[in-house]
Amino acid sequence: MDPLLVFPDPPPPELAQALDLGGWSWKSCGDPDVAMAEEPDGGWAGAVVAADDDPEAAFRLCRRLRKGDFLLEPLLLLIGVSQLEGLELRDDLFDDFCLVSVRPVELSVRLQHLFWRTGRGSRPELVEYGPLALNVETYQAAIDGQPLDLTYMEYELLKFLASHPGKVFTRETLLSRVWGYDYYGGARTVDVHIRRLRAKLGEEHAGLIHTVRSVGYRFGQSRWGV
Amino acid sequence: MMDAVENDADRKRDYVLRTVEERGVRLIRLWFTDVLGRHKSVAISPAELETVFDGGLQFDGSAIDGFSRVQESDVLAVPDPSTFELLPWAAEDEPSGTMFCDITRLDGSPFPGDPRQVLRRNIDLAREAGFEMFCAPEVEFFYFADANGGVPRPLDGASYFDLTTADVSSDLRKRTLHMLEALSIPVEYSFHEDSPSQHEIDLQYTDALSMADAVMTLRLTVKKIAMDQGIYATFMPKPLNGVQGSGMHTHLSLFRDGTNAFHDPESDDGLSAVGHGFIAGLLHHAREITAVTNQLVNSYKRINEGYEAPRFISWARNNRSALIRVPIIKPGKTQSTRIEYRVLDPACNPYLAYAVILAAGLKGIVEGYGLPDEAVENLHELGPDDLASLGVQPLPSNLAEALDEMEESELVRSTLGDHIFEWFLRNKRAEWDDYQRQVTPFELEHYLPTW
Repeated sequence: MDPLLVFPDPPPPELAQALDLGGWSWKSCGDPDVAMAEEPDGGWAGAVVAADDDPEAAFRLCRRLRKGDFLLEPLLLLIGVSQLEGLELRDDLFDDFCLVSVRPVELSVRLQHLFWRTGRGSRPELVEYGPLALNVETYQAAIDGQPLDLTYMEYELLKFLASHPGKVFTRETLLSRVWGYDYYGGARTVDVHIRRLRAKLGEEHAGLIHTVRSVGYRFGQSRWGV
Repeated sequence: MMDAVENDADRKRDYVLRTVEERGVRLIRLWFTDVLGRHKSVAISPAELETVFDGGLQFDGSAIDGFSRVQESDVLAVPDPSTFELLPWAAEDEPSGTMFCDITRLDGSPFPGDPRQVLRRNIDLAREAGFEMFCAPEVEFFYFADANGGVPRPLDGASYFDLTTADVSSDLRKRTLHMLEALSIPVEYSFHEDSPSQHEIDLQYTDALSMADAVMTLRLTVKKIAMDQGIYATFMPKPLNGVQGSGMHTHLSLFRDGTNAFHDPESDDGLSAVGHGFIAGLLHHAREITAVTNQLVNSYKRINEGYEAPRFISWARNNRSALIRVPIIKPGKTQSTRIEYRVLDPACNPYLAYAVILAAGLKGIVEGYGLPDEAVENLHELGPDDLASLGVQPLPSNLAEALDEMEESELVRSTLGDHIFEWFLRNKRAEWDDYQRQVTPFELEHYLPTW
């Protein structure tokens, strides 16, 4: 599993200890630029942001991780009791929160639940969304139990989209996150592959991939009902 | 960066190896193309796959048209894992996969006789100039009852409202489209064309290399599905007298930084300087590249008859007699700005044809060729004097003339490389000479009763 991004750097000792006790792989970062520069190849697995000490810097980081191209999830926020009211109107910045001082067991259970909700649950090799199941270890995908015959790029694109349901991605983001270096055709290639994927998902399920006009594409429904 | 590229290649191989294992694939067909554009296939077993990924599959190239050389005949077929597909028509108990191959020399360098590498090289040159070409062909073909004795017998057209034959061809088309979608080749439209038994499949745009692969797959698929029903499908450009032949009009556009480089909202015709340059380049070099886009003796029977085939080198926005048509774009659809090159026929080698088209268009952009006036008249109806006064040149009227033009062309030589350029000319001259010695049905019909 890729490491969790942990803020601040260094994290409070009891947080570091709780993460280690839970067997989580993690790496601490002090600011958003470092977080982006040091992003592992497979992307950060998620983030644990302690906001009790320096809330302003913590929320600044959350905003950067959740807006635009970066889109990191799940994000677990750690706050003090006195900060609870401050969460109002910040729903989009985190997926769950935990009060300090944090109990190691609670931290692990909350993280596990978040991973389950984003399709990376108790069987981290499975990405599931509705009728779609994708096994990232065997590279096989199935819809309604029927195997899908995909090319490598179609598979990678579907995997990426299905791992981030409800999120809108621009063509440029998809190109850099899914294609990397070796491809012909630039951003238009994304449209070509989306069309091919929809054809292979079949009429009934083609609607899993939504076109978001003049922005890009979204897989499935947003949890916020957007 | 290098590491990332290597890593990416490893993942693609892993994907194929794992899929072959998980899906119980029994046979992998390695596909490549000879210089004339004929589909070649070698089957390997899954056990050989990893070795072939590492070192390629060695074979004697002298068996392949246009590959042979006296000194070095052994070459390697190196499968491109990003093209891996499961064959949708394979038997359920014998799943088969397929991959297109690049052909290399034994030292791994690109083999100069491989058309796929020719297109790759030209795409890379275009990229250096900042451009990516997209293609969308409209492929026409005929269904015939059989090809026995060289006499084409149309399936329909013999009698009106013949339900049985109409059902056969519509069922064939449906099955073919289904197979194409399963092979990652999205179809935009498919319909019955003007001539009896003639059909058209329009493909959704994609990058030039994927499209050349797709055209190869399409030809195989159409023929294969027809053959399963005991019917013969042909991409021969002009199989019947007196009705229009089969073309492969191709819509072309260049993209730069993700936007359509042919579009300019400020210009009168909606086309940018890049668009104008590309058209000018194609017009300027049209006569030189025609041997490649229309490579058979028979190709010129289609061109000379007219109908939907252009005979004159011209461009126009809404004039279907022009060689290059610029379709009118719906408001707001600026990304669809494109041109349509109308002379290509479906018996071409798509790799070589797209390579020379791209090179000619690019040359027009880079060297800033001036764009001639748009053709507003129906050129098919004009006499030679009118055409001369408009400065409109005809396309070559037969293969020999097209080869003469090609032979003088530095552009075609550098685009194809010396190896293919020289082999192609030799092979096609021989084809022409052979044809010239034939006594044709026309001669027997006209001369035998009289002389």
